[in-house]
Amino acid sequence: MTTLEIRDLHVSVDTPEGDKPILKGVDLTVSSGQTHAIMGPNGSGKSTLAYSLAGHPKYRVTRGTVRLDGDDVLAMSVDERARAGLFLAMQYPVEVPGVTVANFLRTAKTAVSGAAPPLRAWVKDVAAAMDALRFDREFQERSVNEGFSGGEKKRHEILQLELLKPKIAILDETDSGLDVDALRVVSEGVNRAKANTAVGIMLITHYTRILEYIRPDFVHVFVAGRVAEEGGPDLAARLEAEGYDRFLSAV
Amino acid sequence: MGIDTKSRATRPASFALADFAAPTGREEEWRFTPVADLADIFAGDLAADVVVEAPAPPTPGVAIETVGRDHPAVGSAPAPPDRAAAAAWAATRTATLVTIDATAADAVTAVRVIGGDGSWEPRASAVHLTILAKAGARGTVLLEHAGLARLAEGVEIVLEEGADITVIAVHDWADGSVQAASHRVRLARDAHLKHVTAALGGALVRVTPHIELAGEGASVEAIGINVTDSGQHHEAQLFVDHAAPGCRSRVTYKGALIGPLARSVWIGDVLIRARAEGTDSYELNRNLVLTKGARADSVPNLEIETGRILGAGHASATGRFDEEQLFYLQSRGIPEDLARSLVVHAFFAELIDQIGAGEIEAALKTAVDAKLDQRRNNYL
Repeated sequence: MTTLEIRDLHVSVDTPEGDKPILKGVDLTVSSGQTHAIMGPNGSGKSTLAYSLAGHPKYRVTRGTVRLDGDDVLAMSVDERARAGLFLAMQYPVEVPGVTVANFLRTAKTAVSGAAPPLRAWVKDVAAAMDALRFDREFQERSVNEGFSGGEKKRHEILQLELLKPKIAILDETDSGLDVDALRVVSEGVNRAKANTAVGIMLITHYTRILEYIRPDFVHVFVAGRVAEEGGPDLAARLEAEGYDRFLSAV
Repeated sequence: MGIDTKSRATRPASFALADFAAPTGREEEWRFTPVADLADIFAGDLAADVVVEAPAPPTPGVAIETVGRDHPAVGSAPAPPDRAAAAAWAATRTATLVTIDATAADAVTAVRVIGGDGSWEPRASAVHLTILAKAGARGTVLLEHAGLARLAEGVEIVLEEGADITVIAVHDWADGSVQAASHRVRLARDAHLKHVTAALGGALVRVTPHIELAGEGASVEAIGINVTDSGQHHEAQLFVDHAAPGCRSRVTYKGALIGPLARSVWIGDVLIRARAEGTDSYELNRNLVLTKGARADSVPNLEIETGRILGAGHASATGRFDEEQLFYLQSRGIPEDLARSLVVHAFFAELIDQIGAGEIEAALKTAVDAKLDQRRNNYL
């Protein structure tokens, strides 16, 4: 049982005009087996939360704490956070020309598990995960994210989620830009990871559509850099009907 | 001649040494080069301390001969563009002629250009090679340079109609070596050349590929690599001359500077002449500066004399690590030093993969990786 505990998190981003506060006191707790949907309008700070938790150098934490089973996540480097069990499925995965998917996956797996995976089992695991996500095997020889379609990039993020088996995964707008078929494939992958490893999920999304495939246990509405309202799955249904307007007008 | 000569179209080229004054370093084509290090080559009167070794027997369909300078194939490419190239030509009595004919299997011919073993002081020397791809020929020529040398080298590459060859020049000289290599290339109608240079060793390696797309529908893909350490000067000055309609050129040069006094220069001149309608041209130079104090100059230059082209573009970027790439790799648990190493090796692997000559690709990757790893403490 793992718990990610975010308390009073304040985060600023450097801009040409100076320091700009984005997150203004976020409180959130995610445990193994739970799925939390983080919803909110554009610019509310959802992606800032995701990148801050992963440790992107562009964001500066000015106040608050993040603990993973009591360990201080904010004191960890980017790679230490991943090895501690955090995973960020990015909205815009980065191209790394010249590094093949196969090399990347094996290197990452070796890093997070502390030892090279046994070759035969690894080859089998990769093949099974790729098949389930509708990848051709040749995909392994391509450079990471280079020339991938939008859907391929997202499926490749979920492939990593399934193979690296993190304790807590943050999915940053994994649904954006996906057609209905791709959305289903990606959602199946997330649900498999939940079933196999009881990964705790923070599902960041603008739309309720993906919640038809990945059922949340909790819904948090993010507005102006903090959680404005929380509830169960029914809150998502209300947002679908009412939109974000009533939160925005209250700001 | 000199800095007032703005257009590549009007820059002089000549087989006569006397047509070029000794460079001072102020001339457009020499302003980035430490010309004092080439004084003995500019002086002319070059020796023959560097030998050309060819395999015996050569691959079927490939002939390798030593011929006189008066052989009709020798001197059939464009004229030398600078003093060093003219000095090499002036000293040339015999040339190594590699002829690939249409019956040749698509095989690799390896030619080695070998300097001294370090037991004697190298004298300024010259060699001349002519590679002639007959109509419809296929094949690959690998020019390997090794040993200790002070060399002015002329390399002519002539492609007849429809020939499709790859020429790969690897410059892995011993420390302290100096080389000025003039590659002079002419492509006839529908010919295709993949031209690769890799600068790894030596103190000064300057390669000036002058590529004339002379026949309609010809195309060239020029790939360059340099891995440059402290005390090394690696320079490439390209000139792609679109002299016929419907030709295509792609130039991609990448360099990494791995030591604090490393120095690299890339100049990419592309000239699209008035008659070269339908030209499709693009050139790219990327440099990774991995240590403080290193310097990479990158100068793309495009001259277009007709508006009726498909495309002409260039891009140049010189910088340190891509922080987003490092973040992505680290966010998957990969430690920072390993992420940096992956990115640096991948920077070249991606380009070497485009050469498409299996064993040579693998050997080149190994050589590049070895040199990068030698200085890994400088950038990890």
